Amino acid sequence: MLSDIALYGAVETGLIYGLVAFGIYLSFRVLDFPDLTVDGSFPLGAAVAAVLIIEGWNPWLATGCAVMAGMAAGAVTALLNVKLNILNLLASILTMIALYSVNLRIMGRPNVALLTEETVLTPWYDLDLAYHQVPVLLFVIVVFIALLLLWRFMKSETGLAMRATGANARMARAQGIATGAMIVLGVAVSNGLVGLAGALFAQSQGAADVTMGVGVIVIGLASLIGGEAVVTPSTVVRALIACVVGAIIYRLAIAFALNADFLGLQAQDLNLITAVLVTLAIVLPGVRSSIAGKLSRNKA
Amino acid sequence: MISATDLRLTFGKGTPLENPALRGMSLTVNQGEFVTVIGSNGAGKSTFLNALAGEVLVDSGQIIVDNLDVTKLPTHKRAGRVARVFQDPLAGTCEGLSIEENLALAIKRGQRRGLTSAVKKQYMEKFRDSLSSLNLGLEKRLGDKMGLLSGGQRQAVSLLMASLTPSSILLLDEHTAALDPKTAAFVLELTTKIIEEQKLTALMVTHSMKQALEVGSRTVMLHQGQVVFDIEGRDREGLEVKDLLGLFEKQRGLEVDDDSLLLG
Repeated sequence: MLSDIALYGAVETGLIYGLVAFGIYLSFRVLDFPDLTVDGSFPLGAAVAAVLIIEGWNPWLATGCAVMAGMAAGAVTALLNVKLNILNLLASILTMIALYSVNLRIMGRPNVALLTEETVLTPWYDLDLAYHQVPVLLFVIVVFIALLLLWRFMKSETGLAMRATGANARMARAQGIATGAMIVLGVAVSNGLVGLAGALFAQSQGAADVTMGVGVIVIGLASLIGGEAVVTPSTVVRALIACVVGAIIYRLAIAFALNADFLGLQAQDLNLITAVLVTLAIVLPGVRSSIAGKLSRNKA
Repeated sequence: MISATDLRLTFGKGTPLENPALRGMSLTVNQGEFVTVIGSNGAGKSTFLNALAGEVLVDSGQIIVDNLDVTKLPTHKRAGRVARVFQDPLAGTCEGLSIEENLALAIKRGQRRGLTSAVKKQYMEKFRDSLSSLNLGLEKRLGDKMGLLSGGQRQAVSLLMASLTPSSILLLDEHTAALDPKTAAFVLELTTKIIEEQKLTALMVTHSMKQALEVGSRTVMLHQGQVVFDIEGRDREGLEVKDLLGLFEKQRGLEVDDDSLLLG
């Protein structure tokens, strides 16, 4: 079915989108803040990292700056919502649109190639691994560290305050939690993760492109919802694992769909497949439980 | 001690729906007092409580809690001094979090929250002790999600959370109104027990005149955004609902037409 290279490629991209799904979990699930900024902060992270790498910066430092840039973008969205009382969805759309211009300004042109530059991946190619296995190894480590840090954070006093803010803001305020500050922090961290994903994506694909953010939010949501359907998110750590599992399953599903010749699908059908997969991911858990309900009723 | 002086607040100012909720409300509650607040619908009970908690900011007047002017402070900056239990049993707790996580949120009320683990081992004994005082067996279910509990159980935990750390005043906003009679009696009993044991200063809004006279040390009646009468001590002893109604009519020259006040 899938070649080795296609398989590893799918896992590699899946891991990157796992980071995006972490971010979307933070905004959509933890804070109940539908944040579309990610469509802008993903290419923002890519642009910042790419430009700095070309300037000769250390690739990890450049990636760190991409995270900061993503956090700043998220903070702008949250401040528009918290301080200026703009509806959260609209606030995030405003930032997303603004970021399109910002990204073009940062890169100075629609895309920047990184093929000959030293990236975070370069030293890892010295390892005794096949070329397509290297990014998977590095990204597994990055995703694992991100997952551990997020898990620890969610269990901390501040993290718990953030979860309370999203779940019951009135109660949170009554407990002395500055809910506005929690929203700013949460949406900033969320977009910082997406900026990181963008930076890694640009380095593994060898280019940053101003249009690379289109649909990131949908793919991230697909990963999140799909993951939740497979791994029941009853605890924080399960919810985070669900993000990664969902993202990898999603990329594998896409790879299989594009590889299955009998389906006759081509690369340009990607967004259509995504929309179908998201719809399935949303609808299927309900179908499953209704089938289970029918079965148990038949038994009784 | 908390004192509210000449609080005024009008909702929807300058619109056809203009509604003056507080019209010069003044009340001083001394340390250790347990004040019950009654009044018909629209008398300004909930608005008064929300103004004390900071959920609404008053147009004019002054609110002082233990020598600190909190009039302009938002809710979260008052939370260290003002503890609160809501009418809706679902509002005081987070259903998606476990019982211990809810308690851990409450134990840091009004304090800085850092990056150390929220549910600490040293809290556990305190959590178990206070939960076991409820006699609901919740001390064995610390890890259970709050959403698994009944409304009455959740309200009992809310009450516990409000009293877990010291406060200058405990605000109870008709916190038994949404419960069935048996559970309401249980929560009310628990309320008086906690207030007595910890010698809390409390303000309890209630819809029931009977309840207002049965518990607490002082009763205040609100009408049209003002205090119409305020009784305590000997005057209050042996007072019955019909006496209260008589007082009210004498004060205002009005007939009480709110059935809920009479029936409660």
